[in-house]
Amino acid sequence: MNKQVAITASPLHQSQPHDSAVKQVAGRAEYIDDLVEPTGTLHAYLGLATRAHAEIVSMDLSAVRAAPGVVAVLTADDVIGENDISSNHLHDEPIFSDKHVQFWGQPLFAVVADTRDIARRATKLAKVEYKDLPHLTSAEAAAEAGGRLVTTPLKLSRGDLAEGFSKSERVVKGRMKLGGQEHFYLESQVALAIPGEDEEMLLQCSTQHPTEIQVMVAQVLGIPHASVTVNMRRMGGGFGGKETQGNLFAVVAALAAKLTGRAVKIRPDRDDDMSITGKRHDFVVDYEVGYTNEGKIQAVKARFAARCGWSADLSGPVTDRALFHCDNAYWYPAVEAVSVPLYTNTQSNTAFRGFGGPQGIIGAERWIEDIAYDLGVDPLEIRKRNFYGTDTENITPYHQPVEDNVIREVIADLEKSSDYQARRENILAYNAKSRVLKKGIAMVPVKFGISFTATWHNQAGALIHVYRDGSVHLSHGGTEMGQGLHVKVAQVVADAFAIPLSAVKITASNTGKVPNTSATAASSGTDLNGAAALNGAEQVKARMIAQAAKLGNVAPELVRWDYSGITAGEKFLTFAQLAHACWMGRVQLSAAGFYATPKIHWDRSTGRGHPFYYFAYGAAAAEVTIDTLTGEYVVDRVDVLEDVGRSLNPAIDIGQVEGGFIQGMGWLTTEELWWDQKGELRTHAPSTYKIPLASDMPAEFNVRLAEWSINKEPAIGRSKAVGEPPLVLGYSVVEALSMAVASVADYTIAPRLEMPATPERVLLAVERLRKEAAH
Amino acid sequence: MTEIRTTLRFILNGQDIVLSDVPATRTLLDYLRLDCGLKGSKEGCAEGDCGACTVLVGKLDATGLLAYETVTACITFMGQLDSAHVVTIEHLSPPEGPLHPVQQAMVDYHGSQCGFCTPGIVMSLYALWMRNPQPSGKAVETSLQGNLCRCTGYKSIFNAARAISTYGRPETDTLVTERDSITARLKALKDGARVELGSGKARIILPASVDDLATVYLENPGATIVSGATDVGLWVTKFMRDIGPLIFIGDIAGLRDIGREGDRLVIGAGVTYTRARAEMVAAFPQLAELWDRIAGEQIRNRGTIGANIANGSPIGDTPPPLIALGADVTLNRGGVRRTLPLEDFFIAYGKQDRQAGEFVESVSVPLLPEGEHFACYKLSKRRDEDISSACGAFRVKLDGDGKVASARVAFGGMAATPKRAKAVEAALVGQPWTEAGIAAAVAAFPTDYQPLTDMRASAEYRLTAAQNLLKRFFLETTGRAERLVREVA
Repeated sequence: MNKQVAITASPLHQSQPHDSAVKQVAGRAEYIDDLVEPTGTLHAYLGLATRAHAEIVSMDLSAVRAAPGVVAVLTADDVIGENDISSNHLHDEPIFSDKHVQFWGQPLFAVVADTRDIARRATKLAKVEYKDLPHLTSAEAAAEAGGRLVTTPLKLSRGDLAEGFSKSERVVKGRMKLGGQEHFYLESQVALAIPGEDEEMLLQCSTQHPTEIQVMVAQVLGIPHASVTVNMRRMGGGFGGKETQGNLFAVVAALAAKLTGRAVKIRPDRDDDMSITGKRHDFVVDYEVGYTNEGKIQAVKARFAARCGWSADLSGPVTDRALFHCDNAYWYPAVEAVSVPLYTNTQSNTAFRGFGGPQGIIGAERWIEDIAYDLGVDPLEIRKRNFYGTDTENITPYHQPVEDNVIREVIADLEKSSDYQARRENILAYNAKSRVLKKGIAMVPVKFGISFTATWHNQAGALIHVYRDGSVHLSHGGTEMGQGLHVKVAQVVADAFAIPLSAVKITASNTGKVPNTSATAASSGTDLNGAAALNGAEQVKARMIAQAAKLGNVAPELVRWDYSGITAGEKFLTFAQLAHACWMGRVQLSAAGFYATPKIHWDRSTGRGHPFYYFAYGAAAAEVTIDTLTGEYVVDRVDVLEDVGRSLNPAIDIGQVEGGFIQGMGWLTTEELWWDQKGELRTHAPSTYKIPLASDMPAEFNVRLAEWSINKEPAIGRSKAVGEPPLVLGYSVVEALSMAVASVADYTIAPRLEMPATPERVLLAVERLRKEAAH
Repeated sequence: MTEIRTTLRFILNGQDIVLSDVPATRTLLDYLRLDCGLKGSKEGCAEGDCGACTVLVGKLDATGLLAYETVTACITFMGQLDSAHVVTIEHLSPPEGPLHPVQQAMVDYHGSQCGFCTPGIVMSLYALWMRNPQPSGKAVETSLQGNLCRCTGYKSIFNAARAISTYGRPETDTLVTERDSITARLKALKDGARVELGSGKARIILPASVDDLATVYLENPGATIVSGATDVGLWVTKFMRDIGPLIFIGDIAGLRDIGREGDRLVIGAGVTYTRARAEMVAAFPQLAELWDRIAGEQIRNRGTIGANIANGSPIGDTPPPLIALGADVTLNRGGVRRTLPLEDFFIAYGKQDRQAGEFVESVSVPLLPEGEHFACYKLSKRRDEDISSACGAFRVKLDGDGKVASARVAFGGMAATPKRAKAVEAALVGQPWTEAGIAAAVAAFPTDYQPLTDMRASAEYRLTAAQNLLKRFFLETTGRAERLVREVA
């Protein structure tokens, strides 16, 4: 009886463990560096520039070449095809620099040797003579020095700004600074290139974007895409850091493999990984906001300047997405927002969970906070007064209407479950009495646009094979980096065929199976690949139904298909029996599924369109305590409510929300990137770059999914994306810290905490507010 | 003449290992992954900070008791493993068999996402469960201080950790059921001989005793002494320095004692933070918080107070409180000992009062007389497992009139060495222990310290916070300031 129950239940919308959980806890899940190496595998290591900006006067690699065990040394001269890996095809990202050093850590050459240790040590034998040039590491310095851009900026505008400001009874101007963030995927970048016959090259690498690796390797080797295969089973974390940043390592391995005829692996040490690869963009946001005496926003003028680093990489779309989110959940009658993607002599900043969206949202939350302190009311109250409407006051700065607004419902639900108002009163009372320790509480909403804003990326493919024993082979264009994509897509396929989840075999992402894939990014992995897999499964299923109908001698629409099996007239077959019957009947049991997101379009030149299929919503309430003598703090409690539509897998989604929140909190509190006077990033290892620990988790951490929510759009299973939106909620901690800081000046001054809000920044803000209040 | 053995001998999971040819700087992680093909332990950082390579090392203590501790394999040298039982993730469950209770809890509570940190987390939780099957929330967090996870936000791991005992009891775990036989095997390996392998830079020396160490080091003053390798490990994995030959002192019995001698606590140079904790906190309860915030558990299991002093770092966490308490350090050179106040050992950045062939043998700390106030504060960007921005210790004795009779203040992170604040101390002495009375001392900090701005903190923060710590110390001694506490459910 129990058995019967077990197989009649669809695994969809149920909590299921991560597909690799058992292997991971046992240490048997294989990452690239764990794979059995082909005989004679060589190891490559990159030689890096030790100047932030310089001309290379000379580079003497003779001692490197002469070191015992060194097989080859590669420089710009050894590149067969093009010495460029710019993902946007702006041709601004050489693999090896031979004349111009643009940041400290830029690769100059690669050593290929018998062991990784030999290759790594040999890189230190290079003699490079530089002629120093002035360097710019911060966005502010870059702006002051003329503001060279890496890519075309964007401007969004809607409404009459002059009229908006004229209607405003009050105006606030400010500048907000927030830092970047290192991805700190636990598995560093790594690639293994295995040369094949003819010009073929197989890449095993840790990447969110196998197709781009394929394209880059083909470009660098000067061979067709079809000659390169990329295979990717899993990453040890990605977070955007393996969307384009793996390209360098893959092409160096491929180039070395091509030139030596042997398999070549490359894996940088953590410090080198962090010194070479791009990070989340830090922003300087200048804003001017007009509002009424009631705190109703009338006009917003904002300038989002970003440190982009030495090349464009994804900085264009990242800074675009910042603008797309500068409204967060708020209606602006008039708005003008511009991006300023600045060139700097630093790592080329790149995708990172949220992709600029968080920075835009935090900009909005910062001026909400300013308004609240100006008017002397709880920022949450100002938020409520400015939320988008549902039918009116619902047009975004990019002219897309918000048609699925549930932010008021989310806030109302969380306000109640977190007992926000009563706790806030208690905290005000506590602060009035406590001399050294002060508390703060804040509730912050998030609305996040779902889809790649580059519309053509919103497509996906999948390959479904049903074998004649009834087992199903699933391959799709998405990549598994820990987010649980594979189990979710497998749930979709199991549900489609009404078979147990265990019957679906999850396989590596492979460009030979599913071509022309998009990066697994923009929270879109499940939406796109789940839908493509469903499409593939439905194609096969339709053929199987036709065959069953033929066998049962009934019309196809009369075939009944459920978890017990397939009934067609008098005929009953299990799934496996039907699969076998299809094979006997020469029916194709394989299909390539495909999906393209409907409804979306975007015209960047006019700043108008419908770039997002739908919006995901969420909110968090954070409570903190600070020590006003040292700036140290603890996060006492956080409550999160996340709208994921109808969850495909609540356990996986909760994990994404918890992990995203903590990652966002880390970004905005303890994770600080610090460059010295010479322009070298000095926080390039976990000893100096501090991501959250278990003991940084809120002492009480309550995370819920909005079970009442359902996606208004027919996205897969009516679910919503979950990867990125919760990250932004970490800002609630900063705003709670702000309230605690503001208490030392009786909440009359907006603390304007810079981020990351380290203990240092908290203490210095306390000292500043005390001084300002004394005047 | 000391007996010499020319092999390293240990047990790896179930297997006896004898190595006669291994480079001095070979790390355990490279040995496991490259030499043994055991790929379950991962390299996340190669500096002992992320914990993805966490394994257990079981050793016999002075009383012959077998104790397992977590260590980071990435900065553990093979010379540290003689007569040890090394347990890796592969030992926990057979390939096709049932998962270990720790592993099953992690699966059921969704404690892994990308999975790369997971083997290390499992090993840390395994060690915790064996010694504390029903851990408090605080105990779980402490045991995970040395493990970074970038995916989960830790909640699921935390929940799994609290639930492990519902999956199984340590009494039936193989490390418990096989304890006697492993103990016997390790006892057989521990022959009391000096161990020497290799030659030149690749040479490994494990002295048999303190006297043997004194002899060997005098003969080889260019060798590098390795205690826990929690710092020296990075000289190899990060700076690729050629630091051989290596003299490993972590297992020398005569350096591993800690205990009271009269009104002093005497700590051997080889006593780890973990082993020292009970005695240290019993003598100085004010150091409990600091102690649990020094690095992570894997590092505390290996790092020693002696090495924290010997390497002379300006940001070591133990010198400030030890200086404030008036500790002495005893050095040994070829069997000739001398003792000096700890504060005098630190001469300048990178320079200590230590001659060639001379090593730190012990530290002696006077117990705090009744009625004296003492406190120690560590400031860091992240609360746990972070290097101090500043670490300060304060000690005052008040006279009958409520005035300061004597004061000792010392800070790390504020100067090129751990340093006493003599101007601050002078400004305190004779003044009433009141808010107004300490004002001059607060103002004297810039005389003692002109800190640097670096990646950990700005000079402004360091100075302001240090001044405020004196205020905090005063407020706490007079019951007017609470400490920031994290109350985890």
